[in-house]
Amino acid sequence: MDKLLLLGDEAIAQSAIDAGISGIYAYPGTPSTEILEYVHTSREAREKKIHSTWSANEKTAMESALGMSYTGKRAMVCMKHVGLNVAADAFINSAITGVNGGLIVVAADDPSMHSSQNEQDSRFYGKFAMIPILEPTNQQEAYDMVRYGFDLSEKYGIPVMLRITTRLAHSRSGIIRQPGLPQNEIHLPGNPRQFILLPVNARRQYKGLLQNQAAFEEESENSPYNNYRTGKDKSLGVIACGIANNYLMEEFDGREFPHPLLKIGQYPLPVQMIRKIYDECDRIMVLEEGYPILEELLRGILDNGKKISGRMDGVIPRDGELNPNIVAKAFELEEQYGLPVPSIVKNRPPSLCKGCPHIYSYNALNEALDKYAKGRVFSDIGCYTLGALEPYGAINTCVDMGASITMAKGASDAGFRPAVAVIGDSTFTHSGMTGLLDAINDKTPITVMILDNATTGMTGGQDSAATGHLEAICEGLGVEKEHIHILNPSPKFHEENMHVIQNEILYEGVSVIIPRRECIQTVARRLREDKKQKQQEAVTE
Amino acid sequence: MKKDIILAGVGGQGILSIAAVIGMAAIDSGLQLKQAEVHGMSQRGGDVHSNLRISDSEIYSDLIPFGHADLIISVEPMESLRYLPWLSKSGWLITNNVPHVNIPNYPPMGDIFREIEAVKYHVMLDADQMAKDLGFSRSANMVILGAASPWLEIEYTALEKSIEKIFGRKGADIVAQNHKALAAGREFAMAHHS
Repeated sequence: MDKLLLLGDEAIAQSAIDAGISGIYAYPGTPSTEILEYVHTSREAREKKIHSTWSANEKTAMESALGMSYTGKRAMVCMKHVGLNVAADAFINSAITGVNGGLIVVAADDPSMHSSQNEQDSRFYGKFAMIPILEPTNQQEAYDMVRYGFDLSEKYGIPVMLRITTRLAHSRSGIIRQPGLPQNEIHLPGNPRQFILLPVNARRQYKGLLQNQAAFEEESENSPYNNYRTGKDKSLGVIACGIANNYLMEEFDGREFPHPLLKIGQYPLPVQMIRKIYDECDRIMVLEEGYPILEELLRGILDNGKKISGRMDGVIPRDGELNPNIVAKAFELEEQYGLPVPSIVKNRPPSLCKGCPHIYSYNALNEALDKYAKGRVFSDIGCYTLGALEPYGAINTCVDMGASITMAKGASDAGFRPAVAVIGDSTFTHSGMTGLLDAINDKTPITVMILDNATTGMTGGQDSAATGHLEAICEGLGVEKEHIHILNPSPKFHEENMHVIQNEILYEGVSVIIPRRECIQTVARRLREDKKQKQQEAVTE
Repeated sequence: MKKDIILAGVGGQGILSIAAVIGMAAIDSGLQLKQAEVHGMSQRGGDVHSNLRISDSEIYSDLIPFGHADLIISVEPMESLRYLPWLSKSGWLITNNVPHVNIPNYPPMGDIFREIEAVKYHVMLDADQMAKDLGFSRSANMVILGAASPWLEIEYTALEKSIEKIFGRKGADIVAQNHKALAAGREFAMAHHS
């Protein structure tokens, strides 16, 4: 078969199609977005009628995938690391119910926080749920692991986590495909109580999960993705997890690696293999992309065994993404450097696009709040978070999806008035609606601005679950009709918009203001596509 | 054969179109490839770069180590300087000289040109003007790619074919324009490299 040039994310998506999934579920989040996107635009997936529309959030995505698995079909669910926090309830319990059709949970971590608010390591979640985790070193392995993971999932009736990081997700490489598999037929679980987690059933299911742990470990010991390679110089042994292995190979390219090396790509950890390298070598170096999970376990609480190096003793930095130079330093290898960056080079932070509707929402809000002391705008996750930067300086918080409304509520409950929440349309339907209901039930004086650009902008313009529903949702939840306002965030309506905000922040209850104008990026994309279609029509005529 | 290339620019300038042409030409030439891209927040007008690695043997790391890049190809002059620590002693800096000013403290152009000229092996060109002169202002990126082409160790015809494949759907005119832009950049580099 031909080689395909694919991003790590796309390799996972193509492999899921080839492994016979019937559906993929996700909410957009860097660096995981391109997985569902690839399936959604794949003609092959469309012909196979693979479900691929966006979910409202990661929890609904996880549950839908589990529901598909319940019917005996294969399903994939994808999210960024912090999305797994949102899906955690369903995720942890899916390990207790187990699965019927194969289920892979892709968690895409973002060490160095290129596009995230933290760098939590999803392997902790996999361990917490006590399920197998696969961690690829490269795009081909990511492709191969999806097929392998579905088989593993169905063999034990357990969800399998595929843990990747930004670098693999967003790097392109040649991929060799395997022949496609047909989709599973619908067949319900043999045990009708498997998915009913009443305590009496849950206890039984949980015991089953515990009993399977030894088998999962046995799978890891025999996994093609865990390899032990001996070396002449046993003064040091190296354990390298996932992509960390690449940087080691890079630095020793063309030279024989002198030490025993254990490469880890499947969890739970293969204890026998780890014991072997530990017993054979004088000291151990651990290379992990993410938190020092293996390193911490290996040290134990007392850390009184052999000398262990890694992120915890500073041989590798405690935070941030790995790279070849960090590994070179750890091995005291000679490094080359080019010229230093000239001092005249200035930072170029991301910014709102020219003509972006959010700019005019913030201009109006800033002026409306001008007479009050600063520090009263609670915001959220999306392009509009860039309103924190100059020249706007318009927002004061950004914590997690949906936290704007609920933090404004808490502040208002404390007697802090006015309190304003700024949230995007997609973030609102992801996790803002329930918080708004809290505020309505308490008649909390807050002003909620839902910046409606009819898309999920920051991740590249995916459909928003809110489009066309916002007023109906707010009214349905109980916001009074006269306190719902639609604005046009454009310069010529600045005065008008400013006055609406000024009036509503004085209202002793919940107001919702919806500045509405489509994202200029999606408008431009639509115009380009229309033009392309017209050209194609002209050619065929 | 091994080429490590850093592509540099500002989010929205389309550095990935350059990467796509080189990438397809490399794959069609039977080479291996890894290309690390920037997606997400920085795409909104921030500095972006891509690590493109081409080799006739296995490539391990998605990232280029410091001091190993054979080429920096930049569509923006200040951005070309941000990646100098990665440029090898014998590496080439190929850059557009047209600034993309979206920050209030953008340095004076004279300072930027002085720093670029201080790099031993460099080609600096006004790709925007050259593209305009060819009657197709949107081909500036292909002018820059053309200027880098003498150092890519990929057959020039493979680059041309790659352009045909990538732009073919947009019509023969667009392909021809991009071919012209590629040739103009190459010609400039051959005539002006130090």
